[in-house]
Amino acid sequence: MPHNEDLKLDHVANLARISLTPEEKERFAAQLGDVLAYIAQLNEVDVSQVEPTAHAFPVVNVWAEDRAEAGLSVEDALRNAPEKRDNMFVVPKVVE
Amino acid sequence: MADDLNFLSIGELSRRLGAGTVSSGEITRSVIARTKAVDGRIRAFNSFNEEDALSHARASDARRAKGGALGPLDGIPIGMKDVISVAGQPLTASSRMLENFVSPYDSTTARRLKAAGAICWGRLNLDEFAMGSSTENSAFASTSNPWDLSRVPGGSSGGSAAAVAAGEAIASLGSDTGGSIRQPAALCGVVGMKPSYGRVSRYGLIAFASSLDQIGPFSRTVGDAAMVLGAIAGHDPRDSTSVRLDVPDYPRAMAEVAASGRKWRLGIPKEYFGEGLDPEVGAAVEAAIAEYRRLGCDVREVSLPHTRYAVGAYYIIATAECSSNLARYDGVRYGHRSKEATDALDIYFKSRAEGFGAEVKRRIILGTYVLSSGYYDAYYLRAQKVRTLIRRDFLEAYREVDAILTPTSPTPAFRKGEKAADPLAMYLNDIYTIGVNLAGLPGISIPCGFTKAGLPVGLQVIGQPFRETELMAVAAAYEAATDWGARRPNL
Amino acid sequence: MNYEAVIGLEVHVQLKTRSKMFTRAAAGYGFDENTLTDPVVLALPGTLPVMNKEALDKVIRAGLLLGCEIAPVCKWDRKNYFYPDSPKNYQISQYDQPICRRGEVEIELPGPARNIMGEHKRVALTRIHLEEDVGKLNHGESESLIDFNRAGTPLMEIVSEPVIRSAEEAFAYLTALKTVMVYGGISDCDMEKGQMRCDANISIRPAGETTLGTKVELKNLNSISFVRDGIASEIRRQTAVIQAGGRIAQETRDYDGQTGQSQSLRSKEMAHDYRYFPDPDLMPVQVDEDWKNAVRATCPEMPFDRQRRLLQEYGVPYTITSVLIPDSGLADYFEEAARLCGKPQAAGNWIANDLLRELGAAKVALADARVRPAHIAGLVKLVEDRVILSNAAKEVFAEMFRTGEEPSAIVAARGLKAETDTGELEKWCAEAIASNPKSAADFRGGKDSAINAFKGPVMRAAKGKADPRLVDETLRRLLAT
Ligand SMILES: [Mg+2]
Ligand SMILES: [Zn+2]
Repeated sequence: MPHNEDLKLDHVANLARISLTPEEKERFAAQLGDVLAYIAQLNEVDVSQVEPTAHAFPVVNVWAEDRAEAGLSVEDALRNAPEKRDNMFVVPKVVE
Repeated sequence: MADDLNFLSIGELSRRLGAGTVSSGEITRSVIARTKAVDGRIRAFNSFNEEDALSHARASDARRAKGGALGPLDGIPIGMKDVISVAGQPLTASSRMLENFVSPYDSTTARRLKAAGAICWGRLNLDEFAMGSSTENSAFASTSNPWDLSRVPGGSSGGSAAAVAAGEAIASLGSDTGGSIRQPAALCGVVGMKPSYGRVSRYGLIAFASSLDQIGPFSRTVGDAAMVLGAIAGHDPRDSTSVRLDVPDYPRAMAEVAASGRKWRLGIPKEYFGEGLDPEVGAAVEAAIAEYRRLGCDVREVSLPHTRYAVGAYYIIATAECSSNLARYDGVRYGHRSKEATDALDIYFKSRAEGFGAEVKRRIILGTYVLSSGYYDAYYLRAQKVRTLIRRDFLEAYREVDAILTPTSPTPAFRKGEKAADPLAMYLNDIYTIGVNLAGLPGISIPCGFTKAGLPVGLQVIGQPFRETELMAVAAAYEAATDWGARRPNL
Repeated sequence: MNYEAVIGLEVHVQLKTRSKMFTRAAAGYGFDENTLTDPVVLALPGTLPVMNKEALDKVIRAGLLLGCEIAPVCKWDRKNYFYPDSPKNYQISQYDQPICRRGEVEIELPGPARNIMGEHKRVALTRIHLEEDVGKLNHGESESLIDFNRAGTPLMEIVSEPVIRSAEEAFAYLTALKTVMVYGGISDCDMEKGQMRCDANISIRPAGETTLGTKVELKNLNSISFVRDGIASEIRRQTAVIQAGGRIAQETRDYDGQTGQSQSLRSKEMAHDYRYFPDPDLMPVQVDEDWKNAVRATCPEMPFDRQRRLLQEYGVPYTITSVLIPDSGLADYFEEAARLCGKPQAAGNWIANDLLRELGAAKVALADARVRPAHIAGLVKLVEDRVILSNAAKEVFAEMFRTGEEPSAIVAARGLKAETDTGELEKWCAEAIASNPKSAADFRGGKDSAINAFKGPVMRAAKGKADPRLVDETLRRLLAT
């Protein structure tokens, strides 16, 4: 398991789309360092013969039939929108 | 004694409602009055709508007058953790991010409570996005423990536990990802139950860690928990992880099990009684175990060898899932949008920086890291495998016992601010509850005593997959032989 | 030195379903903005996904039609990335366990001439997986407006091996793929409606070389001809760069079909790390033999197989089949008409030429046409039995198309029946011969063409309704005596 120096806060914060203040970076680096060091004890466990558990009680083929149901009215859809116009959500122009 | 209605059990209140000696209006008014009187000090509620509650109470009384009462919960005010959606009510997760969000839809649990005639009462405080064990991570206020206002109620469902303990709700719903129902129940001296994963629909529950989250009840008695669970449990086509299993009539099924005079085989996992366990808590739990022996149960030691890895595996899985689950809070479709944002990308970085508190950011960062390129196998995949081993430990133990007894929390309620600076210490507080979530088992915390300082202590009973009836029957047996639940904090 | 192109295509196809991939909000195109949403589509707090059974059936059908291996078990993964058109800021997709693997698409390259079948090739597929579509951004001056109607629509990603060698092959590949999807009722593949979208990975290398060159991803190829033109121009661009001694940069380029130009998408170079992990909100999909067989039972005959059958069974010309095949409804129409009249060639001509022309002119869909296969068959019979003549047949067809009346009824009502009373004909022929002794002598003298001199008068007398062959026979008989 990688060591906690590998925790590249700037890169990770960028992936997570959260801007961190220098103070936060410093604090998080230390705190998460502790946590990662603690987590490192999982390396003691021999998992070579173990299947991962995604769901405690797995079942398969959970689906619904293809029937369209009434959804939200445009009003309800946009009720919580920070900015809206012409029945659409508005953001500053997205440049690709 | 109308002012005391708010401290009665659902069982007692539904008897009186049935007998016509009390109305839902009176019960609801006493709950509202109590809340107005004490919540300034407790801060269990983020908000509540008095008029809405009273109108539902009137509707309940009208139903009953026409002989159309919907069951034991009809007319009973039940508090809702502010991560469980109720149409037309705020849904904030105690976060700035959702401070002004009003949900346009009902969670399945809210829909089922309404169908049972219950009144969805108020929005209860929590650690932001259910991340924490003290409710100090709420963006709005830190809830106080009704038994000692200088101490935390536990968390993340601290508001739900404190509201029941302080008589501000007859019962309440919380959510439990790593102990968030059982630990605050223990610290506030009430009953708190986490059902088997898949037993209660998660539709409408703000996701923290999807493979671990489960909604469950807080109440004064195990019997009340059974009634609430009966109302909210069952398969839901809107939740692909909810199981297709019949839901027993829990109170009746429990009575049958009790009548059968079944001799319970109870396991004591030695790994749960090591260092870090507060002596007073240890003593109370040992006394409870002795009481079970006295009741004629077959108590034996069991081993859960991978217990020490539970917290590590939990923080990898939970943070990884939360980093993805919380990506939707971006200030685009709803929620907080930074006024500082100049371009579309900026909206993400600034809105999330302003909208999330420190603990949420910490966990998103950790979760993003463990999933990032090159680390998946080392962290997430390995944790999933350790999870398999932890679950196996429990299923092994259940070959020789019906249920497992442990402390719910290593310590009683700690002082506000005591662990705030040290996340790891806070995480380790969940050491006895986390394994249950990883294994998807049902668990319940019931009052089992008080410290000299008068702080409640909780006993955790852990059951077998989807055997909530047996689990609650075991808990009820102890409850019947003691009266810890009868005490009230004086406020 | 000359270069060869190595092209792999990633095609996204929207499945034709009533509701979305993971919720039951209606799926559709051309509705008012944000009228096809629900709490799940908008990723409101607390919402959860539930699979759409029909979408699974359709992707399995696509897999079976293209000869893919259907995975006995597959799962769902979250592809994590932030973008304003993505409500959850992760896309539910399939990472390491796609529902379909391998398989191939049979394509036809352009032939030497319109009426000659071109070479057929098979383009190998890597995988097909199922995922969900995103919303639509409408860019304004300083803002982008978001419509989430499209968000959550079932989307199939079909990835080809890098075995396509030219823009023409890419064009043929998409054409064939589209026809299969339409035949299977899997998608309408209308690229204008975004139901089929294509990205191309293109690299070039010295012909014969086996190592791959640096690949460039070309995006927004939003019509089949743009795909051809875009790839052609990218191949030219890369060749020019290399011949000028330059190097190809690994990049994503955006192709503009209007200007025919492409430009680099710099922002795409922002480090991508999708952090794929199994979606804990969804359970795996397990496809057993029974399920596969049930879907197989709904699989239609593949387009090229059908074309080969039409050529053999009915002996219709390639040109006709290449008109009929792309539209399975039209091919069905043809087969019914051919069966009813037993004259496939004639039926094929009426359908591929006259019927399509009239439908086009009147802007009527085949399904709504008043003329049904039985009408065509009836018309073919009338001509075959010499009840009417070809010029009259055209008139009958036009009337059938307009009114949907039975051809025989139209013939009767309009008196279009051919003249077959031999008594009358004898009389007209005799008169014609008698009134033109010179030509009669010439004919008898061996000048065969002289016989034509009698035909005009006879036709005039018959008001054009005489069967030319019958006229010719009768004249020869009378002149022989
Ligand atoms: Mg792709
Ligand atoms: Zn895709």
